[in-house]
Amino acid sequence: MKKLITAGLTVFALSLPSWASAQDLTIYSGRGEALVGQVIKQFEQETGLKVDVRYGGTSELATLLLEEGDKSPADVFWAQDGGALGAVNAVFVELPAAVNEGVLPVFRNADNKWVSTSGRTRTLVYSKDRVKPEDLPASIKDLANEKYKGRVGFAPTNGSFQAFLTAFRVAEGDDAVREWLKGLVANDAKKYRNNGTQLEAIANGEIDFGLVNNYYLGRYLANDSKFPVAQTGFGKGDVGNLVNVAGIGVVSASDNKEGAQRFIEYLLSPAAQQYITTQGNEYPVISGVIQNPTLPPIAEVLENAPAVDINKLTDLEGTLALLREAGLL
Amino acid sequence: MLLPMAYLVLRALEADTATLGEIVFRARNLMLLVNTLLLTFSVLAVVTVIALPLAWLVVRSDLRHKRLLSIVSVLPLAIPGYVMAYALIGMSGYYGFANHFFGIRLPRPEGLAGATLALSLYTFPYLFLNLRSALLGLDPALEETARSLGHSRWGAFRQVVLPHLIPAIMSGWLIIGLYVLGDFGVIALMRYEVFSYAIFTQYSGAFDRIYAAWLSLMLLAVTLTFVLGEAALTRRRRHARTGTGVRRRAAPVPLGQWRPLAWLFLGFVFIASLGLPTLVLIHWMTLAASNVDFVALMGELWRAFGRTAAVAAPSALLAAVLALPVVYLVVRFPSRFSTVIERLVYLGYAIPPLTFGLAMVFFALRSAPFLYQSLALLIFACSMTFLALPVGPLRTALLQIGTRPEEVARSLGDPPFRAFRRTVLPLLRAPIVAGALLVFIVVVKELPITFLLAPAGYTTLAMTVFSRTSEGMMAEAAPFAAAIVLFSSLFVGLILRYEGQK
Repeated sequence: MKKLITAGLTVFALSLPSWASAQDLTIYSGRGEALVGQVIKQFEQETGLKVDVRYGGTSELATLLLEEGDKSPADVFWAQDGGALGAVNAVFVELPAAVNEGVLPVFRNADNKWVSTSGRTRTLVYSKDRVKPEDLPASIKDLANEKYKGRVGFAPTNGSFQAFLTAFRVAEGDDAVREWLKGLVANDAKKYRNNGTQLEAIANGEIDFGLVNNYYLGRYLANDSKFPVAQTGFGKGDVGNLVNVAGIGVVSASDNKEGAQRFIEYLLSPAAQQYITTQGNEYPVISGVIQNPTLPPIAEVLENAPAVDINKLTDLEGTLALLREAGLL
Repeated sequence: MLLPMAYLVLRALEADTATLGEIVFRARNLMLLVNTLLLTFSVLAVVTVIALPLAWLVVRSDLRHKRLLSIVSVLPLAIPGYVMAYALIGMSGYYGFANHFFGIRLPRPEGLAGATLALSLYTFPYLFLNLRSALLGLDPALEETARSLGHSRWGAFRQVVLPHLIPAIMSGWLIIGLYVLGDFGVIALMRYEVFSYAIFTQYSGAFDRIYAAWLSLMLLAVTLTFVLGEAALTRRRRHARTGTGVRRRAAPVPLGQWRPLAWLFLGFVFIASLGLPTLVLIHWMTLAASNVDFVALMGELWRAFGRTAAVAAPSALLAAVLALPVVYLVVRFPSRFSTVIERLVYLGYAIPPLTFGLAMVFFALRSAPFLYQSLALLIFACSMTFLALPVGPLRTALLQIGTRPEEVARSLGDPPFRAFRRTVLPLLRAPIVAGALLVFIVVVKELPITFLLAPAGYTTLAMTVFSRTSEGMMAEAAPFAAAIVLFSSLFVGLILRYEGQK
C-alpha cells in the first residue's frame, strides 16, 4: 500500500508543472484533434505563440462556455456547426468587419459575431451494392414515400441534422417539416447516433440510405478504398442540399483578443484553408484554393443549394419542439 | 456531494412552467423511464448469471490458475462501453469484423437485447469483485456445519452461503444499476431509447442547462428509490463470525464431471467479454496499419498514458481513503445521520457525469477560481463521483470482520484509533485495494468530467479515443483504445498479484 501511495504521489507531483504554466492562447475546439491538431501546430510555429487546446464535443464546450460566462479561460471557440455558434452568441465579442471581407458571401455571418472556417453540404449516402441509379430520390422529401420504407437512416439528435431541419422550416414552413417527420417515422426510418454510424450501417447492410454531412465518406474511403458506400446530392435547389459551416468566434472573457484574432486570420489564410479542404474533405470559405478532387466543385454545390440564408438558422428551439412532437427526442 | 444537487436545484428554479410541461412532464419521458427500468433489470439479471458462477468457480472450486482467472474476470471492466457495443455490432453485417475474419454474419444485436448484452459484458466485474471478496472472507465453518446437519451441497449453498452474499450482491447490483441508468454511449449505438437520451438531447441539442437539470433531478429520484430499496433489503443483518479461533481457508470443492462444463462457461464468458472487443480493435488497427508513423504514435501514446495515470491513480487513492470513514461510520455507528451520508455517496455516483462536471465548474468559479482548470480539481471531482465504488467491497469486509477484533484490542488497553489500525485496517487491505482498483479503471475510461474539468490541452487516452471515433476515424482511434485496455489490464494484474502476496 505504501508503495502505491508513493507511486501515486510521484505521478501527481510530476504532473504539477503541466498546469502551472500560463499560455498565450486557449482554444476550445469542438473540431477533432485528428483534423485540426496539425493546423494549430503550424500556427504555433509561424507565430511563436504557445497554444493550449481543450478538445471536446461542440455541444459540451458550448454548454461549458455558457456556464463559465465572464470567467472563461477560453480565447476562442471553434465549433463544428453554425447552430452552436448561434447558441453562444452572447459570449462572443463583435469582430471587425474586415475579418469577414475575404470570406465568400454565402458563408458570411451577418453580425460579425463569428467567422466561417469551412463549408460543408448535407448529402445522401447510399449503398453501392443495393441501390440502383434510378432508385435515387430527386428530393429529400421523397424519402418519406412508401418506396423507401425501412431503408432510410437518420440522426435526430445530431446537430447537423437539426440545422438542416431548421433550414427546411425556414424554406417551407413548420407544417411541411411536421408532415415529413411523420412520414419518416411511419416509413420505419431508423434512428442512428450520428453521421458515422449511418455510413457503417449502410456498409453492414442495415439500411440503404443515410443523411449525413459531405466529409465523412472521404474519411472511411481513405482507410479502405473498397468501402461500399457512395454519396450524391438531391435535385437542384432541394433543401436536402443545404450548405452549412463550421466556424469560430472570440470569447468576450478572453485576455488575449489580439492573439485570438491572429488565429482566426491564420485559419482564413490560403495555407490553412488548403489543408482543411484537402485533408478534411470540406469546402474552402475563401477563393483561390485548389478544390478537393473527390468532391463536386463548389460552383456546382452553390448552384444546387437551396435558397436559405445560413444567418437565419437560429431558431433551434422550434426545431427541437417539432422533433419532440414527432416523438424523435 | 451536496454541491451538484444544489447546483441542479438552482438551475431548475430558473424554469418556467409552460416549457416545463412541454419538455419535462410529457408522456414520452414516461415511456423512456419505463425503457430505462426494463434495461436496468435485464442487465442485473444477466450480470448475476455471469458473475455468481464465475466468482464461485474462481474462489471455491478446484480449478487451476485461479489467480489468472481472477485477473481475466476483472479485465472486461477496462473495455470502454462503445468499444463493446461496436464489438457486438461487428459480428453482424457485411462489413463487420466477423465477416472480415471468419466469413460469418449474425443478426445485428440492437434494442433492449443488444443494449443488455453489451452493458452486461463489461459491467459484470463489479459484481464479480464484490462476490469474490465476500466469498474469500466467508468462514467455511458455516457451510460445513450446514453440511454436517444433513444439507446437500446445493442446499447448504442456498440456505447458508447465499444469504451471506446478499450484501455483496446488493452493492454490486446498486453500482451496476446506477451505471446503467446514466449510460448513453452503449444505448445510442444499440439504438435503444432510454431516459439518458432525453438528458443528453437537452444539453447537446438545445445547449440548455435548466430543463436538463429537471430531467437530471427526475433521474435522481429514480436512483433514490434504488438506493433506498437496497438499504431496506440489507439493513439489520449480521454477517460476522461469532465463534472462537481463526477461520481457515475453505477447502476447494472438486468439480469432478462438471469440470468441462465449467471451462465451457468460462470460455464463453471470456470470449464474449474480452475476445470480441480485442478482435474489433485489431480489425480497426489493420485498417490503418499501412499509413501510420509508428514512432510518433508511440510518443503520443506515451504522453496520453502519463496524463491518464496522473488523473486516475490519485483519484483512486483519494476515493478509497475517503470511503473508509464513511463505511466505518455506517457499519459501526448506524444512525439516521450515517445512513444519509452513505446514501449521498451513491446519489453522487448516479448524477449524470456531465451535470456533475458543470456543477464543479459552477462552484469552482464562484468559490475557488484558482483551482479552476487545475488537475487537483479534476482529481477531486473524479474521486467524489466514484466514491461509491470502494464502498461496496469495504462494507462487505467490515460486516464480516465484526467488532470482536477491535474489542479485544481495546480490552488489552489500546485506544480506539490504535485498536482499529492494528486489528481491522490490515484486514481491510484487500477490499481497499479492490475499491481503488475499480475507481482507477473507471477513471481511465471516464469522459464527460475530464472533458469539462481537465486543464486545457490536457488530453487523456479516453478523450483521444472519443474524439476520433465520433469523427468516424476508427482506425486512428484503435491504438488508443487498445492502450486503455492494456494499461488497465497491467494495473489489474499488478494489484491482484500484490493482494495475493499479503
